Amino acid sequence: MSNLQILQITFYGAAILLIAIGLYAVVTKRNLIKIVLGLSIMDSGVNLLFITVGYISHKTAPIFSPSVMAKYKTIHAAAQAMVDPVPQALVLTAIVIGFGVTAVALALVVRLYRHHNTTNIDEIRNLKW
Amino acid sequence: MNTILTILIVVGAIILVGAAIFAVVKRDLILATVATSVISLILSIFYFILQAPDVALTEAAIGVALTTIIFIVTIRNTKRFEDD
Amino acid sequence: MKKAIAIILLAFIAVELFVVFYKIPFGADRMNVARFYLENSPKKLGVANAVTAIVVNFRGFDTLGEVTVLFLASTALGSILFRRREIHTRLSHLRTSVEASVIVRIAGRFLVPLIILLGAYVFIHGHLTPGGGFQGGVIIATGFLFLLLAYRKFTIEHRTITFVESLAGITFAGIGLIGIFLGKTFLENFLPAGKLNDLLSGGIIPLIYIAIGFKVAAELTGILDTVLSISIDVKQKEIESQTEKNE
Repeated sequence: MSNLQILQITFYGAAILLIAIGLYAVVTKRNLIKIVLGLSIMDSGVNLLFITVGYISHKTAPIFSPSVMAKYKTIHAAAQAMVDPVPQALVLTAIVIGFGVTAVALALVVRLYRHHNTTNIDEIRNLKW
Repeated sequence: MNTILTILIVVGAIILVGAAIFAVVKRDLILATVATSVISLILSIFYFILQAPDVALTEAAIGVALTTIIFIVTIRNTKRFEDD
Repeated sequence: MKKAIAIILLAFIAVELFVVFYKIPFGADRMNVARFYLENSPKKLGVANAVTAIVVNFRGFDTLGEVTVLFLASTALGSILFRRREIHTRLSHLRTSVEASVIVRIAGRFLVPLIILLGAYVFIHGHLTPGGGFQGGVIIATGFLFLLLAYRKFTIEHRTITFVESLAGITFAGIGLIGIFLGKTFLENFLPAGKLNDLLSGGIIPLIYIAIGFKVAAELTGILDTVLSISIDVKQKEIESQTEKNE
């Protein structure tokens, strides 16, 4: 097995396992904070998957810095030696938005805790509003 | 990528998945939160290896600092241990 | 039993996903539209960092929407954890129950200006080096988080945060609208592109990224301040129960 194949299995496997573990927490756990934790782990897994798909081996980061321009001389040659920037731009904003979503979810958890004095989703379901 | 880097990446991925399992299984929520910040740290190194320095910067700043602090503040004001 | 079923189903999903994604060869070149972005971001826009060019210019409208989502998150957080302002200012000294140690407080005086300077550097050089408005804004918010945790008396005026945030948002949208008035499309570059890898290059892109930096910093600082104010409510309840006992 070549290095590239091992890396392919590692990166895809890690990303998909993160998604599956996060989904497991969301499906089976009864604690609201654990559910939010699982959602944030799933978020990380999806981001890793995006970046992995955009990677091209033996190519550099998509920045036309002076050293890159000195090495490749023309813009066309430098652009041929760069990884895909589109997934990076997507993930960049997705991480920041993910933080906002986590913050709102945790605020809702705090409100529910103050109202019902528990973070267990089953107990909250049994209580009347 | 050379062989040493490949071995390091495989070890990192094992720690990553281990930290994720720890975060989901552990009943102490503070320890689970610390495990998620370990996940973010290793992910930020992975992003750097995958030639995405912009994303690595964002993940390091948000995942390690800000997400951890809001989880800890929430846990401090609710219950620390998860009960069945 | 329920957990075993969940694990089996999730293992099935994971295997299926892995089989699907394993067909995508790792590290192979399959760029289509990205080739256009890579060729044109240094040539037409004069921006060295292609990710910045995509976030701010090629998909600038998307970014406007994403900044709006962040604004909505911050507003929603404020309305979920609503408290009257006079109570907030009266009780804000209760945020941390114990004074932070002297090492943290003295180190904060040296570190916080440096952290904020680093954040400003990251978003001003967003078109040249890795980083940009989002990362710089997050770094500045981390600096304010340090202040909120280390000093009991440090409070953030929400009116100032709202002002900075609105001003940055108006700048972003206003720069976009100037493009329309000059006979181009929304958020199209109307300033000269300049020389590649100069600080003053890239036309409107550095201006927009600086605006995004201020906006993200203000929004995240507001979110952190609101989240940290949860503890004040708990302290307030303790004080109320104590006064009831005393009476």
